[in-house]
Amino acid sequence: MERAPKPGRDVPPKKDKLQAKRKKPRRYWEEETAPTTARASPGPPRNKKRNQELRPQRPKTAHILKKSRISKKPQVPKKLRKRKNPEPQRSLSGAQDPFPGPAPVPVEVVQKFCRIDKSKKLPHSKSKTRNRLEVAEAEEKETSVKAARSELLLAEEPGFLEGEDGEDTAKILQADIVEAVDIASAAKHFDLNLRQFGPYRLNYSRTGRHLAFGGRRGHVAALDWVTKRLMCEINVMETVRDIRFLHSEALLAVAQNRWLHIYDNQGIELHCIRRCDRVTRLEFLPFHFLLATASETGFLTYLDVSVGKIVAALNARAGRLDVMTWNPYNAVIHLGHSNGTVSLWSPAMKEPLAKILCHRGGVRAVAVDSTGTYMATSGLDHQLKIFDLRGTFQPLSARTLPQGAGHLAFSQRGLLVAGMGDVVNIWAGQGQTGPPSLEQPYLTHRLSGPVHGLQFCPFEDVLGVGHSGGITSMLVPGAAEPNFDGLESNPYRSRKQRQEWEVKALLEKVPAELICLDPRALAEVDVISLEQEKKERIERLGYDPEAKTPFQPKPKQKGRSSTASLVKRKRKVMDEDHRDKVRQSLEQQQHKQKKAKPSRARPSALDRFVH
Amino acid sequence: MSANRAAESLLALSQHEELVDLPEDYPLSASEDEGDSDGERKHQKLLETISSLGGKNRRKLAERSEASLKVSEFNVSSEGSGEKLVLADLLEPVKTSSSLATVKKQLNRVKSKKTVELPLNKEEVERARTPLEQEIFNLLHKNKQPVTDPLLTPVEKASLRAMSLEEAKMRRAELQRARALQSYYEARARREKKIKSKKYHRVMKKAKAKEALKEFEQLQKINPTAALEELEKIEKARMLERMSLKHQNSGKWAKSKAIMAKYDREARQAMQEQLAKNKELTQKLQVASESEEEEGGTEVEELLVPDAMHEAQMNADGPNPWMLRSCTSDAQEAEIQEDPEQLPEPLAHNVSESEGDERLVAEEEILLKEFEEKRSLRKRSELNQDAESVGSQETKDSISREVLFELRTLSQKLKENHQSRKQKASSVGTVPQVQREVPAPEEEEEALLLQRPERVQTLEELEELEKEGCLQNKELPRPVLEGHRLKKNPNNQTDSPKKKKKEQMIDLQNLLTTKSPSVKSLAVPTTIEELEGEAERDQKQMIKEAFAGDDVIRDFLKEKREAVEASKPQDVDLTLPGWGEWGGVGLRPSAKKRRRFLIKAPEGPPRKDKNLPNVIINEKRNIYAAAHQVRVLPYPFTHHRQFERTIQTPIGSTWNTQRAFQKLTTPKIVTKAGHIIKPIKAENVGYRSSSRSDLSVLQRNPKRLSAHHKKQLKKNSID
Repeated sequence: MERAPKPGRDVPPKKDKLQAKRKKPRRYWEEETAPTTARASPGPPRNKKRNQELRPQRPKTAHILKKSRISKKPQVPKKLRKRKNPEPQRSLSGAQDPFPGPAPVPVEVVQKFCRIDKSKKLPHSKSKTRNRLEVAEAEEKETSVKAARSELLLAEEPGFLEGEDGEDTAKILQADIVEAVDIASAAKHFDLNLRQFGPYRLNYSRTGRHLAFGGRRGHVAALDWVTKRLMCEINVMETVRDIRFLHSEALLAVAQNRWLHIYDNQGIELHCIRRCDRVTRLEFLPFHFLLATASETGFLTYLDVSVGKIVAALNARAGRLDVMTWNPYNAVIHLGHSNGTVSLWSPAMKEPLAKILCHRGGVRAVAVDSTGTYMATSGLDHQLKIFDLRGTFQPLSARTLPQGAGHLAFSQRGLLVAGMGDVVNIWAGQGQTGPPSLEQPYLTHRLSGPVHGLQFCPFEDVLGVGHSGGITSMLVPGAAEPNFDGLESNPYRSRKQRQEWEVKALLEKVPAELICLDPRALAEVDVISLEQEKKERIERLGYDPEAKTPFQPKPKQKGRSSTASLVKRKRKVMDEDHRDKVRQSLEQQQHKQKKAKPSRARPSALDRFVH
Repeated sequence: MSANRAAESLLALSQHEELVDLPEDYPLSASEDEGDSDGERKHQKLLETISSLGGKNRRKLAERSEASLKVSEFNVSSEGSGEKLVLADLLEPVKTSSSLATVKKQLNRVKSKKTVELPLNKEEVERARTPLEQEIFNLLHKNKQPVTDPLLTPVEKASLRAMSLEEAKMRRAELQRARALQSYYEARARREKKIKSKKYHRVMKKAKAKEALKEFEQLQKINPTAALEELEKIEKARMLERMSLKHQNSGKWAKSKAIMAKYDREARQAMQEQLAKNKELTQKLQVASESEEEEGGTEVEELLVPDAMHEAQMNADGPNPWMLRSCTSDAQEAEIQEDPEQLPEPLAHNVSESEGDERLVAEEEILLKEFEEKRSLRKRSELNQDAESVGSQETKDSISREVLFELRTLSQKLKENHQSRKQKASSVGTVPQVQREVPAPEEEEEALLLQRPERVQTLEELEELEKEGCLQNKELPRPVLEGHRLKKNPNNQTDSPKKKKKEQMIDLQNLLTTKSPSVKSLAVPTTIEELEGEAERDQKQMIKEAFAGDDVIRDFLKEKREAVEASKPQDVDLTLPGWGEWGGVGLRPSAKKRRRFLIKAPEGPPRKDKNLPNVIINEKRNIYAAAHQVRVLPYPFTHHRQFERTIQTPIGSTWNTQRAFQKLTTPKIVTKAGHIIKPIKAENVGYRSSSRSDLSVLQRNPKRLSAHHKKQLKKNSID
């Protein structure tokens, strides 16, 4: 059985790693440099070998190493005891394994997969409880190490445009990029000239393979945009306000003038949902199988597409709704209103979960990034703001745009695109996790008409823009996640695979009422009901069964159980309790003072989103 | 604390001295010795206050120092009240020794002694070395106390010049007069109370009613708001009347009268009167300026409304420095100065049948009013000064305020009238009330000191003089005084909202109007060709215009406040109206009852959006989600957090690698398919040593077994 490596012990220090890289690793079939010394040394072979390697090269560091070895000394016999054979393990051929033990895993990666929140202090626990906690921690460590090790399988790396010194990446045109990239990628840049049926809304399927678009004047089409194979093309002879794929590319929801219609990939109308009328925006929550519709009448309606039921119809009480997006982290719907607020909704609550005042004018567009950390909003006051969604809802950065952004979208890797008139601007963040910095655009592109719909294609460095002149698919290096989860959303899946996935996804469907601001809250105990039940129980029984029973001295023999001694013993215990209490209160006081004095750096709020 | 109070008294004293000042050209007349003694007294007072600054606060001893015609035993006070009687003073000769005597003594002493070799030169004396010395020097300087030579301070000099014998005598006369008036008044009230004639009382009542009506009409003209208040009171009286059975001929007296009514005309009339009264009282008010009923109403109201109400109103409208505000223009002052002259006119109506007494009362009232006026005026002048130092203010605003203030003072006067009359009627003119009505003795004293309107100018001049004097020794710190002034300054009210804002962690306004980097974007949309900065300004303008009507921020804050209110836990009110007391429409259970039966809801945890002004976070529980949460703690855990830790790692395949998922979800015991599992035996559990181990159960997960179980297994395997 595979043993999880202890990262603290087994992961070599960085210096050594570099060293190893610099020097060509010794292969087991090669000649050993000093086999005799290795055999003679009683310590673990790896350490010994490294020392030997280092010694001739850097005599100065040897001293330090020696010191460190001395400090590690108490550990050595332990290891010896564990491994019964102090001799280096040898294969039949006599060759020695140069990398014994499990492969090292970087600590940071492991940390990324640890989910136990250790920021909250635990009360004192009994041994049995402690055992359970230890087991849980060990499990966590093991699984996170495994997950970290499997990161190796993510072979692809995101690319990025980098200007030569002083060169502005925003000046790079699409044509330049197309020229530079390979043919397959160059084919991903294309324009569809569809001037006849007005501005287009578009939507990519979750796998990023299919594209559906709907022109305002009724033109609806779906195609496999990579191969450019058309699946269907119809004219619904009605205004099309929005279009969205359902859980797979086989189903298509179209918000038409009166009602919501659902088509299949042949263009056949499957349903006409009359309870969702005058829909302006559509969003699909893939894990809940919910289609959220925002209507002109001010209703936010959740339609469960797996059973065809309307889960909730919420009245936002804010007039016409035409700004909507969803948070991929917690499946909360964000609605933008004309009074400058953005409200967050869940089907389980009649009122918004939160309301954020973002702009002085009305909100024109809202977008939430894939980790659910940042929300970008643009308003009638021509401001573009990025908000922190992790509890504080405060703006992190803002900038005024010459013409306010009418459409916003985040890419999988956190690039932000804003459509302003007939121009799209893309901003990129400095780091992997930070919000996009609004100082300098990463890319800009001018289109043949004003923008009407924006979406980054998942798993492809492509941005789809729907505008009055048709559809433009432009290349944005570094936009998408380079590695896809084959079981989750596989762009290359066959029909059979898709069907398999559909069944699995339906089985794993998340109930709609579980949508809340903090999805981790489900892993918490419902304290209120717990206390309530406890109270009820006490009421029912007439006493508290968990209360500490008063001390009753045991009867003793040989006259030691006299009343006086009993009282004495009782008093002893009582005094001890009292002292304990005093000690605790003192400790608490000290703790408070300590807390008040230095403002210790709190654990970063980012931590909870890393997993 | 004590030091603070002492500082305050010091300040009062210094002001007092300032105010006493006279025109400078006043000749220092022959009554110098008198003035001198007065000055000395002042000096001593000053010294006392200074000394009390440092140490404990000495209590002032009230002293009766002057004879009058008729002396009330309660509030005699004179300027000498603050002094302490020393035995040595009594032993001293009556004739005051001149100031030279002390000098002589000193000289003698010096002569008798051997002089010190090195007389300390001036600089050495003046230089303060220890902090205590420094403090003393500061204090001395502050009061312009001469440090080296024992001459008088400039203030003292000024006061000397200001106060003449004549002046002092006049003042004393005035004081005496006031006191005498008061005692007259009290005596009269007592006498009147003892009169048993019903007719007299009836007449009095009628007269009072008439007066009240007149007053009310006047009030309506002058101050409609106050009149409205009066009306409200009437309304209240009506309500009370409606509730009570007072005039409904159901009392003992009424019943007896009812028996008599058949034969006795008078009794019948009395009954009729009663009923009429009830009718009158319960009649609904139509117009504010109706006739008789109101009169009666006001009268009754006066009887009904408790004293406390009057007092409260008086306090509310009284000369509260916070209610006053700074006024800048001199014209306003002039207006105020005119007020006392205006005052007698309304009071002239008060004259009734007993004219002589009434006149006295009126006079007294005028006096009181004058005091009041002076006091407010003085305060205003202070404020005025402050305002000048702070800076100019919008004159328009101040004028409008001025008008308001006038209204207020007028209404106050009228109320005081009421009060005094009431006092007359009920003769509750005992000391505490008198003290309450009349400003506190000290204040009175101060007020008395500035009676002449023409002195205001001299006062200002004096202040200016003072300022100049201050400029000379400006380097000396005056923290106490300044602090005091600041406290009085109403302009400082502007500071408090600022503080409030600070308490809110983030300013909403800033939040919404964050300055943004205006870097010129590369590709500007085709429709816009202006410069960005200019465009920005234009846009701002446009937005302002477009959204001038709807203040988004205020709306949001209002919404938030409502949400916060709604989410607060509700108190449970268990009061039963009418339980243990009278109940009915318009009657509320008493405050005590309500307090007693109000179960206060425990204060909930602080809201998550407490410090986030731009956010409303819903605090309601998602009960649907809560249904999926764990609500019972499993066995070994005693705290929910312990259990939460064990379930925080997800075990689904979505979050884990395949291997990890399988491992996490392996069952404790895995059985081979098709193998028969025999029922468990006692030996297997370890009650008796067994001969054979049961191989049907294959332990896959030895780690999870308890130690005991493992031991058992080992034993089995050995066997």
